[in-house]
Amino acid sequence: MIIYKPKVIVFCCNWCSYAGADLAGTSRLQMPPYFRIIRVMCSSRVRPEWIIRVLRNGLDGVMVLGCHPGDCHYQTGNYFARRRIALTKKFLEYLGVNPKRLQASWVSASEGGKFAELVTEMTHELEKLGPNRLFTDESGGNGTETTP
Amino acid sequence: MQKIRTGVFICHCGNNIASVVNVPELVEYSRGLPNVVYAEHNLYTCSPDGLRSIGSKIKEYSLNRVVVASCTPRTHEQLFRTTCEEAGLNRYLFEFVNIREQCSWVHMHTKEEATRKAKDLIKMGVIKASFLNPQEEVEVQVAPSSLIIGGGIAGMSAALNLANQGFEVHLVEREEALGGLLRRLNKLFPTNEDATKLIQPIIERVRNHERIKIHMPAIINDVSGYIGSFDISIEEQKKDKRFQVGTIIVATGAQEFEPNLGEYGYGEMPNVITQLQLEARLRAGIGSAEKVTMINCVGACIPERSYCSVFCCVTAIKNGIILKESNPRANVYVLHRELMAYGVEFEDYYRRAKELGVRFLRYSQDRPPQVVGNGKASIVRVYDELLGEEVELLSDMVVLATPLVPNQGNENISRMLKVPLSEDKFFLEAHVKLRPVEFSTEGIFVCGSARWPADIADCISQAYAASAKAAILMRRGFARVEPITAFVDEAICAGCGSCALVCPFDAIEVQPRDGKRVINITAVKCKGCGCCAAVCQSGAMQQRGFTDQQLVGMIDALVGRGIT
Repeated sequence: MIIYKPKVIVFCCNWCSYAGADLAGTSRLQMPPYFRIIRVMCSSRVRPEWIIRVLRNGLDGVMVLGCHPGDCHYQTGNYFARRRIALTKKFLEYLGVNPKRLQASWVSASEGGKFAELVTEMTHELEKLGPNRLFTDESGGNGTETTP
Repeated sequence: MQKIRTGVFICHCGNNIASVVNVPELVEYSRGLPNVVYAEHNLYTCSPDGLRSIGSKIKEYSLNRVVVASCTPRTHEQLFRTTCEEAGLNRYLFEFVNIREQCSWVHMHTKEEATRKAKDLIKMGVIKASFLNPQEEVEVQVAPSSLIIGGGIAGMSAALNLANQGFEVHLVEREEALGGLLRRLNKLFPTNEDATKLIQPIIERVRNHERIKIHMPAIINDVSGYIGSFDISIEEQKKDKRFQVGTIIVATGAQEFEPNLGEYGYGEMPNVITQLQLEARLRAGIGSAEKVTMINCVGACIPERSYCSVFCCVTAIKNGIILKESNPRANVYVLHRELMAYGVEFEDYYRRAKELGVRFLRYSQDRPPQVVGNGKASIVRVYDELLGEEVELLSDMVVLATPLVPNQGNENISRMLKVPLSEDKFFLEAHVKLRPVEFSTEGIFVCGSARWPADIADCISQAYAASAKAAILMRRGFARVEPITAFVDEAICAGCGSCALVCPFDAIEVQPRDGKRVINITAVKCKGCGCCAAVCQSGAMQQRGFTDQQLVGMIDALVGRGIT
């Protein structure tokens, strides 16, 4: 039997969410092992094209985690990220991708528990959605994921 | 172009990594990755043996990229970079892969999957490393002079500390006198010494110091430049003045919150006053009353102002003691929600107040006290939480303890300095624990109640900390900027200026040159968020160490779900 294991790219900002992910590790919080973190200095570095690219590469989901509003190391970077993610979600919908495949959230350096919860929830969410075949699979390439 | 030769060093971290992840398998896997010419594993890569091995393998295998897969860059990146540098490799040709905090420690029960993940992470790191370029740190001169904004106890303490070390200080105070809030206090807790006795000699020393230039009354009009050479423009007594400094300390303090009109009778009944007004009366020798009721947490620890102002409880204790000592027959009640008498001295102080007969009574936020009276307060009615019933306290004076609130000028200063404010509009330090008196903008520091309500001892120690931090930069005479800054490829840049619009630090300017619009980046102002690179439509704008090529390379390393 094929067990579906959703692969997720998690963009973490250096100052808050990456530190939160480290804290989850230091606290030995166990999580599904299918996510891969890419560290950027600020969530505002993440180009919407990259998000599309991850999904086009056949991965199942993308998370963008930044500092809490008001806590951004670069003052306002997370607000830019928030707006871009909101637009990108709309664009995904337009492409026929379930926007749930993209999630943005805030994780502070002290929120190891929240990091673990978010990644776990995202994994379960993607398990429910099933594999992202839209860009890779011919049979799915013409269809549209149902938007709940 | 030089052929890329990458070395991969994988750490067991004792058992921390190796008990979950199959390290020898990772080494085998790494050897098959593009550009990897060498891979090894170490019991502890960060140990002297491990570091020596990196150094010798760089030479032996002519490595020009180094990847270490171990713990987290947050603790060990500088160490491994320095090791590379010592072996003659540019320190920015190093890439860190985190397989402990973000792999072995969080996937302890799925060893195969953890090994698979570690492989992916190493592959991503190796590919990013291939796209790394050598970088040089930009060095900037730091002028031996400082601007201190605010002439209260914090600002003056910082000014004296710097001036005594030989630095020039420009002290800007917007009011007509130095001393800030402290000037308006009567006596100070927990020693009950006269506030004047503490503040007056400090004011004199600041006034007479040859290296402290006092600008008063003056306001800051504009700040430009960056660490090492800030250009300051102020308006002093209606005249514009300009000067340059190497560092800046924000010590703007805070102000007492004035209760809303009618809150507990404030502003309607003449004998309802604030603690600060009581201090003024006591100073003038007119503060005596027979029946005094103090109400704490007026406007503090409520939904719209959720913070605790730290010193109000101890202020109530202090003034309770003073009133009881001057008139032992007086009835003094302190109505509080939580009573914050922290530390050794304050706990003793609280005990002393109780021994003197100051009565403490706890009320809850849902049932606040009521001040009753005809034209003037005569009774305070309060539900005593401990007693479980309502009591009536005869009162001929009601004193409200209100929190410190941020100065209105904070937003303006925050904008000019490009430093953040918290949600409550106090200044927000770079890190609450690790960098408590610094901003993330280099060369700018904060101390005292500008940052958060602080008592006098805290103000002074924060001022010493902030000025010591500033002195380090000025004594050394230069600062280095980490090369994670933005750069632009002019050949493909259209000069649209989107990057300049989003830069939070004004590091990017659009300038005309030869009939074209070109981008000018001031590297020392750039803090390396990469926001500009994310909005650039052509990809001309890039961030060192986080280029599109490097990050897309990492994404593309993971093509396919790899499901089984």
